[in-house]
Amino acid sequence: MHRLLCFFPSKSNPLKNPISPFRNLPIFRTENPTRSPLRPATGFGLHPSVPTPPNRSPLSRFHLVSTNLSSLIHSTGGTRRFSGESGGREALHYDVVIVGAGPAGLSAAIRLKQLCRARNTDLSVCVLEKGSEVGAHIISGNVFEPRALDELIPCWRDEGAPIEVPVSHDKFWLLTENRALSLPSPFDNKGNYVISLSQLVRWMATKAEELGVEIYPGFAASEILYDEDDKVVGVATNDMGVAKDGSKKETFQRGVELKGHITLLAEGCRGSLSEKIIRDYKLRDKGQGQHQTYAIGIKEVWEIEEGKHVPGTVLHTVGWPLDMKTYGGSFLYHMNNRQISIGLVIALNYRNPYLSPFDEFQKLKHHPAIKSLLEGGSVLQYGARTLNEGGFQSIPNPVFPGGAIIGCSAGYINVPKIKGTHTAMKSGMLAAEAAFNVLDGGAQMEMYWDSLKRSWIWEELYRSRNYRPAFEYGLIPGLAFSALERYVFRGRLPLTLKHGKPDHEATDIAGVHTPIQYPRPDGRVSFDVPTSLYRSNTNHEHDQPAHLRLRDPTIPERVNLPLYAGPESRYCPARVYEYVPDEKHGMKLHINAQNCLHCKACDVKDPKQNIEWTVPEGGGGPGYTIT
Amino acid sequence: MKILVAVKRVIDYAVKVRVKPNKSGVETSNVKMSMNPFCEIALEEALRIRESGAAKEVVAVTVGPAQCADTLRTALAMGADRAVHVDAGAAPVLPLSVAKILRALVQVEQPGLLILGKQAIDDDCNQTGQMVAGLLKWPQGTFASKVVLDKEKQVATVEREVDGGLETLCLDLPAVITTDLRLNQPRYATLPNIMKAKSKVIKKVTPEELNVEIKSDLEVVQVTEPPKRKAGVIISSVDELIDKLKNEVVSCNILNCK
Repeated sequence: MHRLLCFFPSKSNPLKNPISPFRNLPIFRTENPTRSPLRPATGFGLHPSVPTPPNRSPLSRFHLVSTNLSSLIHSTGGTRRFSGESGGREALHYDVVIVGAGPAGLSAAIRLKQLCRARNTDLSVCVLEKGSEVGAHIISGNVFEPRALDELIPCWRDEGAPIEVPVSHDKFWLLTENRALSLPSPFDNKGNYVISLSQLVRWMATKAEELGVEIYPGFAASEILYDEDDKVVGVATNDMGVAKDGSKKETFQRGVELKGHITLLAEGCRGSLSEKIIRDYKLRDKGQGQHQTYAIGIKEVWEIEEGKHVPGTVLHTVGWPLDMKTYGGSFLYHMNNRQISIGLVIALNYRNPYLSPFDEFQKLKHHPAIKSLLEGGSVLQYGARTLNEGGFQSIPNPVFPGGAIIGCSAGYINVPKIKGTHTAMKSGMLAAEAAFNVLDGGAQMEMYWDSLKRSWIWEELYRSRNYRPAFEYGLIPGLAFSALERYVFRGRLPLTLKHGKPDHEATDIAGVHTPIQYPRPDGRVSFDVPTSLYRSNTNHEHDQPAHLRLRDPTIPERVNLPLYAGPESRYCPARVYEYVPDEKHGMKLHINAQNCLHCKACDVKDPKQNIEWTVPEGGGGPGYTIT
Repeated sequence: MKILVAVKRVIDYAVKVRVKPNKSGVETSNVKMSMNPFCEIALEEALRIRESGAAKEVVAVTVGPAQCADTLRTALAMGADRAVHVDAGAAPVLPLSVAKILRALVQVEQPGLLILGKQAIDDDCNQTGQMVAGLLKWPQGTFASKVVLDKEKQVATVEREVDGGLETLCLDLPAVITTDLRLNQPRYATLPNIMKAKSKVIKKVTPEELNVEIKSDLEVVQVTEPPKRKAGVIISSVDELIDKLKNEVVSCNILNCK
């Protein structure tokens, strides 16, 4: 919700400038009423305060409006709500509010509490998590570099951390349709571990709770709270128990406001609140300047036959099934308990709108070298998520008035290493240190940006900044340049390559490509989407408003379908978007929001950026446990 | 009047369940657990009865290992006044033992109503409620889809979903009610309530303190997945059908014959 579209500036008094009650403005921001000196403690407030999502039914708006005296005078149109307590929501106060219980969020929480203990003080820290439990929305390869964890919890080995499988073999293959050519591995994973990030995060949550951090899974932060100086003062969870048409069900519960002196956003890649903050405060321009680029990763966890399993084996491939112009590759990591993680990562600046990442992944599994490994095994879990590939050039200034953005929401993945967990954790720790100094010592949050630039994150990302952009010139030039970078230049070239077009602009129109015929799944090694979705334990309360919003509802049929052949029906790994025949003439977009894996691919790749991913009712979404 | 609600911690209903490789049971490590959906409905009904004024206190009780305290915290967050945790160790406790424990607790707490979910989604036993009623010699209204309490007459009118339709029973309190799906829609536990529930005290009891001996008369020998459903075969002629009936098929479903 862009703040520039808010009807009047923050300090005006609507009583003096009454708006026409019939004006119906869809986009607002919420203000913090208790901070305004003009606002009385109870009764009607003087500032517009409407956390209404665009498709709320007029009925619910009227209900909340009618509880307020001034609103009866001013807004029969219903979209504007005056409030004494922000529309009747309860407010809870913390020193630090963290959105997202992932590696970055939990590292920040743990670090804050550690600093409190060291200085004999205390800060109240609250972590909100939209998944039904901690770790439910965490999915990652994952080959873990323990650098940040060694700094955070030095004795993790003795504390039962689920980090047990050291990397034993590092393999790198170039795949053709039938062959696998072994190349020297560009990775050096000595000292790293093959883990399930979901399990690690759950362990980190127990550590955080031991230190006194309050973690609340099942609550989705859907809205940023501002005060009258446009400073962020917290977040609010969404209302629960709202029916599909916007009316209130009998289980309706109003959302809750969590006010924090500092708000840290750790929502992961393409976080919905983080993107809003980055846009509103123009953080990309204030940072490294380039736009963020993304990839989508689709992964399965398999249990394979005993003889084929070698714990600690790390395999990466490039080449088939992707073509020379599409950046991406696959990974296959052997964990313990005969489990392996296998996945395919495809950069989202692919050109062919007929590409379906899910089907490319199913194709990959049929490669002879990979199929032989999987045969006889069974799939335990499936999932997908976007990841950022912009690296150094795309880092935004993560500090905004009232808080900061940490982890993948800002984007610290080291793309050539394919690791981002350690940098995400370190960024959380640095933000926690800055926040502690703000709350305990009166410093400014900007010290987070400064400490980031002086940390090993910066140095690591600087050295690896040119690998990914070199692939704009194709697979072979990219590989050649990568070899040069790795063995000769090591990041010391005095130039920084720029990214190509933003991912959503990179899609060609469908006319210049031919549709790709994907083979049918065989049910043993490759599967269809419903079977895979079932394995992701995805569930949403079905009777709720669709959380995938179209900014212009006509664009799918006017632009996406005729020009791009409806790419959202292909890149979504959960087949949320379907074009179905409608009664009148052609095809209509049907959104199965209940399938959503919260991967954010649609938010990234939609050609007109028409799809806005917003957060559904808390507790819904995938249920990852071993990914 | 006090209402006692028995809840159970089970594998979350949205999780894809897997059999352990050694076939001794279902995989429960690294799997999301939550309150049995029918138990949520039972708790919701107890809360509504309290809110209508017919009862004073709702006590949630669970039997299970230490992690079950989370389920009780959810119950407290939804609105239960007190919680009791009967720690019976890590081994699964069978319905008869649970029923004996509940009988002992009932004798301690003296509730006017005992509400349970009709069955747990992990074992689908549908036994505990009926067994407790038998042990206590209390009237029972199972598969309740509607419950109306009359405070003065101390009577509960229960509409039950049975195979033939709906049956209405009148039970003298104290009674046992087990809840079915359509009874109510459980409320969400709000964030402030979850916060408050974290600091509430959960009373811990062991079966020995209740003088209940947990012994299992049943031993689980093997757990296997149901056989995978085979694809249907389209038969092209009557002769082929007869051939298949004679030689291959034990039971068959004749849907389409050309």
